[in-house]
Amino acid sequence: MNQEIMLTIDGKTVTVPPGTTILQAARSAGIEIPVICYHEATTSNGLCRTCVVEVEGWRVLAASCVAQAAPGMVVHTHSERVLRSRRTILEMLNSTVDLTESPAILKMMEENQADPQRFPEAEPRSFPLIDDNPMYVRDYSKCVLCWRCVQVCAEDAQYTYALSYEGRGFHTMISTFFHQPMPATTCVFCGQCVGVCPTNALKPKREWLMEQGKTPEEIIHISPKERKRRPS
Amino acid sequence: MSEFDLSPLKSHLQTYQSQGRTALLPILHAVQDIYGYIPESAAQEIGQRLNVPLADIHGVIEFYSLFYSQPTAKTILRVCTDISCAMRGSEGILKEVCQHLGVQEGESTTDGSFMVERAPCLGLCEHAPAAWVGEKALGKIDQVPPGELLRGEIPPPSPITGGDVRHLTTNCCNGRPTHLDEYVESGGYAGLRRALGMPSDAVIAEVKDSGLVGRGGAAFPTGVKWEGAAQAGSTPKFVVCNADESEPGTFKDRVLMEEDPHRTIEGMIIAGYAIGASKGYIYVRGEYPTAYQSLKHAVDEASQAGFLGTDILGSGFHFEIELRRGAGAYICGEETALFESIEGKRGFPRLKPPFPTTHGLFGKPTVINNVETLCNVPLILAHGSNVYRMTGTEKSPGTKLFCLSGDVERPGLYEVPFGVSLRHLLFDLGGGVRSGRQLQAVLFGGAAGSFATPDQLDVEMSFEGLRAAGLPLGSGVVLALDDQRDLRQVLLNLGRFFAHESCGKCYPCQIGTQRQLEILRRLAEGRLLPGDAQRLADVGWTMSDASICGLGQTAATAVLSAMKLWPELFGDTE
Repeated sequence: MNQEIMLTIDGKTVTVPPGTTILQAARSAGIEIPVICYHEATTSNGLCRTCVVEVEGWRVLAASCVAQAAPGMVVHTHSERVLRSRRTILEMLNSTVDLTESPAILKMMEENQADPQRFPEAEPRSFPLIDDNPMYVRDYSKCVLCWRCVQVCAEDAQYTYALSYEGRGFHTMISTFFHQPMPATTCVFCGQCVGVCPTNALKPKREWLMEQGKTPEEIIHISPKERKRRPS
Repeated sequence: MSEFDLSPLKSHLQTYQSQGRTALLPILHAVQDIYGYIPESAAQEIGQRLNVPLADIHGVIEFYSLFYSQPTAKTILRVCTDISCAMRGSEGILKEVCQHLGVQEGESTTDGSFMVERAPCLGLCEHAPAAWVGEKALGKIDQVPPGELLRGEIPPPSPITGGDVRHLTTNCCNGRPTHLDEYVESGGYAGLRRALGMPSDAVIAEVKDSGLVGRGGAAFPTGVKWEGAAQAGSTPKFVVCNADESEPGTFKDRVLMEEDPHRTIEGMIIAGYAIGASKGYIYVRGEYPTAYQSLKHAVDEASQAGFLGTDILGSGFHFEIELRRGAGAYICGEETALFESIEGKRGFPRLKPPFPTTHGLFGKPTVINNVETLCNVPLILAHGSNVYRMTGTEKSPGTKLFCLSGDVERPGLYEVPFGVSLRHLLFDLGGGVRSGRQLQAVLFGGAAGSFATPDQLDVEMSFEGLRAAGLPLGSGVVLALDDQRDLRQVLLNLGRFFAHESCGKCYPCQIGTQRQLEILRRLAEGRLLPGDAQRLADVGWTMSDASICGLGQTAATAVLSAMKLWPELFGDTE
């Protein structure tokens, strides 16, 4: 039943239990594959495609976060095809989203020789920052649509369902029901969405206010009603 | 919000409440029909009754082009601006109508009576330029002034069908749906009768022996698909008819559904019997109201005559069909996105594996077939696979419907045996290039297709012939471009289509379709930047190689084929 699977990744023979993804198999062999949308605690949807790998005999590249290792598979994590796609995806992402507070992705760009200026005259996705609740702010100009916030708000953790999407294609974004301010939604301010956001698109309000140059005293006085604690 | 009158919605809520989330699109259609848009309070009420999170309802409304979260006008005129219609001047007509009304695209007149929008390919390419107003499809809209166009005062387009044989299209020339008695008289439901007398695995064997492969674009062997679902362990099983035809340049399924709806239904019942399913869904494109009505009427006829329902023709087999309407999303033609849509969700394609034969609609074993594919099935069962194989080539048995449009003298739907030449199709049947001009290129397979050049006119129109020539059969689009066409405009048009229709799930397609469009816009405007050709190629290859589904994987096919054929078009300007 539980027969180990043997496959080759970048010339290395790797043995893993059935049900292991290529990403996990590579990691077990010390081979790093870059990821953006992948998170251990959320369902993998294979969205960002930076984790794509070339599997010999396959028509297209495989998202290693979801594709499972199979016996005899020969995988290349850094072939020319892989690097071309990975680099282009990163370049396109940088032309779309404000990545200034995403050091991990910026480092990934450097490692993959992605040119930050690759796409001149490219339309970015920019939105005004949403400051509608006492706990966190939402700056969707920084959102890479990894879906983690939507997922932890739903079946991956909280079952609150305050978030979904709006628009389609390039113009997709995260939204509440008819753009209602967060306190009007089912949000319980558990903070899990903020915790899994990889780009600081979701940020604790206090941190944001500190960045605006406010002192802790000022922050406490900015919205006394908003910040009122429950009686203990 | 409480002042909003929700009473017209009551009966619909009662009808759909017990179904839960799968009823979301049907009820949103009902709301849209009542109010002209989907008011927040109605959406809230629906969420409570169907037990769907409110944020998700908003997400669904936002995904589909035919749902509006803001008030619209009483009448919406939608002018097709995709390839075939754009080539016949639809952009100009769109502008003219807007000027006539004094509005911008997508803006209502002050009295709220009219709104004009651009529409993706409406599947009326043989009647280009085409539009859609209210529930009416309009063709040749360049023949009337804007006022008449807005009132829909144009005789409905009648089908233009032809070809060498009439196997699938034998009942497609009346300009109205074929009635049940006419269908039966012409040999209809004989295939079902014979199938019901056979063991189900023998039905599958017959379809396998026929060599029938899918006509939706992927060319997967139909019998193998059926066998997979038949052998899958879990129940219930479903048959889904993919009638979400929306590949620009394609209109074959629309004609089949409008003119001969029983053929599709018979094919589905046979599929259901073969795999052991008792429920089928037909997911009809939202922009095909006439096809929807035609099928609806035919399902009623078939139910009354005992071809659908319990104990069909005394065989003990039970099968019913539910019709679903899409709501404006090309991606829902992708089989797993279509399942999501029936389940009441945004049309995001799923990751594969698992495949639909084991994990399809509602996670159950499902056979999903294209309309034209299903229309072949009654013939195979009625006459046997041997007779079926007498038409076509050895590797591509049967006939094929080709959708001829663009710069061709006689655009229309042509049925030919597999194996004829492109020349025969385009010149003998289609009458050659319009206005005596020369042929520059042919777009094969639609927006997701590739270009052929005049030196390929003798290519054999079969799966093997086209594969050898490096051309996709796709959904049967053959779109002619004369020597005066600016190919850069054609590419821009295709680029705009994909940017509009990408679902936004995976990064390569979500961003790639937008970046591709931007570069194609520069190309069409004659102001390419240094490095644009390489950029365009990188974006194209990345979408082709790294996207989740067929949409992203083919969103650059035409562009990449043009780059290969006409590199001089893409030369850097500096």
